[in-house]
Amino acid sequence: MRATTPKSPLKQGIRDAAPFILVVSPFAIVFGVVATESGLSIAETLLFSVAVIAGAAQFTTLQLLNENAPAVIALLSGLAVNLRMAMYSASLTPYLGAAPLWQRALVAYLTVDQSYACSVAAYERNASWTLKERMTYFFACCLPVIPMWYLMTLAGALIGESIPESAALDFAVPITFLALIAPMMRTPAHLAAALVASLAALSLTWVPYNLGLMIAATFGMIVGAQAELILKKRGMMT
Amino acid sequence: MIERPELWYTIAGLAAGSFLLRFAFLGFVGDRPLPEWLLRHLRYTAVAVLPALIAPMVAWPAATGGSFDLPRGLAAFVTLAAGLWFRSVIISITAGAATLYLALYLLG
Repeated sequence: MRATTPKSPLKQGIRDAAPFILVVSPFAIVFGVVATESGLSIAETLLFSVAVIAGAAQFTTLQLLNENAPAVIALLSGLAVNLRMAMYSASLTPYLGAAPLWQRALVAYLTVDQSYACSVAAYERNASWTLKERMTYFFACCLPVIPMWYLMTLAGALIGESIPESAALDFAVPITFLALIAPMMRTPAHLAAALVASLAALSLTWVPYNLGLMIAATFGMIVGAQAELILKKRGMMT
Repeated sequence: MIERPELWYTIAGLAAGSFLLRFAFLGFVGDRPLPEWLLRHLRYTAVAVLPALIAPMVAWPAATGGSFDLPRGLAAFVTLAAGLWFRSVIISITAGAATLYLALYLLG
């Protein structure tokens, strides 16, 4: 195991989240393009991204509105895609729950897959961090990612034309997340949670409103927690 | 054509609802201690949600109309293997991206 570097949480956060610029930028550009093609003005498109900051949910809602689904259905489907954010919120609470309310509100607004995943991984690596260091790290992770989300949405809205398919930018999301998840497999319990969640997600894609994701994630968490209990009982995990 | 003001209501609702989902535990639970069984489950949130989110994208990429794609499958495999082996995000992304473009060039 690599020793913890003496670098400040600020520098670490920026460095750890920097690769995500590669994911967030194409995703945001594509959203900008699709939104303006759907008849949204540039201001509406940008407002959408600034107010929501959740690519998958934004795409879902926009797609349904485009298909003339009722606004309520479009809204609820977008929220269903974002249900995982409640899990992220719960998972961050033991680390950041003691912070002042306004900071927790800011963290809530800025909780996205990237800032969450980087932060939890770093908090597990650096158990000795103070609350202030954890907060600094969280906001540092947002620095490269969130402004880029706004900016590239705007760029996409301004360009308004599709990017060549040969760039295969669709696969930037899975690759960066796989790269982030792999080092998190520290114990057999983590591995079991990830495997069960993946298999469950693959077999539950028929469940409407993206709820298969939530069910699969819950299965994975239960398996991880149970595996931890069993491994600890046998003294194979501390 | 998406109607107004339905669009604006939907954006506002999605923004408010997403914020509440993100604020739910962090804001309302705060530093009150959580029971151990719950903490034990929360430790596996990231390694359960993220793979569940990615697995269908790898197995049935939207770009190929939802059918399995060998270059993308290979790239995912190499990314994961490199990540498990080197424990480095950067090496893993580089290896995955290189595999994807190489495989698309050779097989595509």
